[in-house]
Amino acid sequence: MWEYTDTVTEHFQNPRNVGEVKNASGTGDVGSLACGDALKLTLKIEDNVITDAKFKTFGCASAIASSSALTEMVKGMTVEEAEKITNEDIANFLGGLPKEKMHCSVMGREALEAAIADFRGLVLPMAEGEVICECFGVTDLEIKRAIQESNLRSVEEITNFTKAGGGCGKCEDKLRAQLSETLSEDLRMVPAVEKPKRMTALQKIKKIEEVLEREVRPGLKKDGGDIELIDVDGDFVTVSLRGSCTSCKNSQTTLKEYVERKLREHVLDTLIVEEEQ
Amino acid sequence: MGSGESKVVYMDNNATTRVAPEVVEAMMPYLTDYYGNPSSMHSFGGQVGEAVKKARLQVAQLLGCDTDEVTFTSCGTESDSTAILSALRAYPEKRHIITTRVEHPAIKNLCDNISHITGHKYRVTRLKVSNDGMIDMDEYAQALSDDTAIVSVMWANNETGVILPVSDMARMAKSRNILFHTDAVQAVGKIPINLAEEDIDYLSLAGHKLHAPKGVGVLYVRKGTAFVPFLSGGHQEDGRRGGTENVASIVALGRACELANEMMEDENTRVRALRDKLEQGLLTTIPKSMLNGNKHSRLPNTANISFEFVEGEAILLHMNRYNICASSGSACTSGSLEPSHVLRAMGVPFTAAHGSIRFSLSIYNTEEEVDFVLEKMPIIINELRKMSPFWEDD
Repeated sequence: MWEYTDTVTEHFQNPRNVGEVKNASGTGDVGSLACGDALKLTLKIEDNVITDAKFKTFGCASAIASSSALTEMVKGMTVEEAEKITNEDIANFLGGLPKEKMHCSVMGREALEAAIADFRGLVLPMAEGEVICECFGVTDLEIKRAIQESNLRSVEEITNFTKAGGGCGKCEDKLRAQLSETLSEDLRMVPAVEKPKRMTALQKIKKIEEVLEREVRPGLKKDGGDIELIDVDGDFVTVSLRGSCTSCKNSQTTLKEYVERKLREHVLDTLIVEEEQ
Repeated sequence: MGSGESKVVYMDNNATTRVAPEVVEAMMPYLTDYYGNPSSMHSFGGQVGEAVKKARLQVAQLLGCDTDEVTFTSCGTESDSTAILSALRAYPEKRHIITTRVEHPAIKNLCDNISHITGHKYRVTRLKVSNDGMIDMDEYAQALSDDTAIVSVMWANNETGVILPVSDMARMAKSRNILFHTDAVQAVGKIPINLAEEDIDYLSLAGHKLHAPKGVGVLYVRKGTAFVPFLSGGHQEDGRRGGTENVASIVALGRACELANEMMEDENTRVRALRDKLEQGLLTTIPKSMLNGNKHSRLPNTANISFEFVEGEAILLHMNRYNICASSGSACTSGSLEPSHVLRAMGVPFTAAHGSIRFSLSIYNTEEEVDFVLEKMPIIINELRKMSPFWEDD
């Protein structure tokens, strides 16, 4: 059984604002029957203030509770205030949600955004982008946003928040790639340990040595530097920069932009290169 | 748990069952006074060995087999793994397995990972099922090959209660000299079984599905069938399964088998009538509801019903407020994001799969309880439909 907070249970058992606002100023329709949850949010907006909000939800207890919470939160807010509500805000209002159920709060936020966009006569950018997860129709833009907004660090967390990868699982590699890509924008971030690849540890080490020798060393040596492989642990490749590289202020860029890129290209696209501390 | 105002209406017996009071009574002395080890040389331990021997006979009588064909294990999953891996080790040159798309995770996940587990490459044929959960016997006949090491097909499905034609399937395997295993965890104790008349080589059962405690199971291995132990160790279970016997639970399982034999008629008459009343009542009073699985080839205790446009977890949690216990094949109840693999294999539409509820009865259910559920379910479904964006009031 899921561990729901008393607030979740209370909102599930006595949901507020069920139904549809008549002559709604904005409607947000997200999810589908196939996905297992769906939410239709209708807003009444007068003088830029949300005066009424109602919902209809198909889904589990936390989906119903998230919808109920959302309608309570937005009533009385200006459109600009409502726009700032995040899925975390919805989850916090409920005293937290089980991590596997975070996507219910994301659905609430998405419906709110869609309803506001509808009010303004706009099309949401999230619906564009490339579909990564075919099962649940999740785009790369949605995944990227979830990674950044909720500090996601593993494919499992992406699934918990966006449902992407929760169906057939075929997009797992794409999700991992998207995670690395999004995270590599901040070098200090360390993604969670990934599933082992089919390559054995020995094969991986040999291949890395080979690529360092063939693709990396010649370039570094031209500038009087060198590189030594220290350790390989899962996707983490620890190296030590030698020679003139040690005093080079661009060594971090060299490591990421050059060494890591080469290794990803030739060995595994999930490798993360770090310098020995 | 529960409000204390109404008693628990337990209709989740395919998940686990109440331990029968007679069973508790039989096992208790082996948790208190008779704590000896059946392997010991002294008679204090020896008398415990006698109790295990009696339990083995009780199990054999329910299954219609010999006592030396009964091996006690820790659960149904262990029995399943032992049987499959035993067959693969006995015939290492054969690299093909046949199973179905509706197996319990104990078989499904084992077969999905079999190459990883054994370190050898295996081809796995997962037989399709029709909309009512039955096997296409032509597809099965064509799948059998000289390379097939074992066929594993569940006797009855845990989610729908559908009974598969294992007798015929085992005969067909036997005629090709192929080993046949059946996961009979849901079937044993609910429908009559006589292994003396079957061509089944391995059969798994779990105590807690037939009113014995959790943590004890049996693997039946036909005399003369190749066997390689899964747990190596001492000489317990005639060298077939190392590890000191879980004596109290084994005694309990023996008594439970004896009781199941006595209650077999009740299960197939009274319990079946209660199930039918519940099923008919729900299907007629609740619009847009449908039965999942073949109506006839089915366990007497199980009814799997879909209520369209509402979601299973939400239904279960509302039922929980009335202390009614059941299960759902919805995605949200499992922690995965997709509805049950069984319902999907049967091609149940998404609109219905997410809202499926499994009611599984036992000899302890009463007509009053069925009436209570019939009174509450329409209210619950109606409430949830009123808030569903897909439900349109007429």
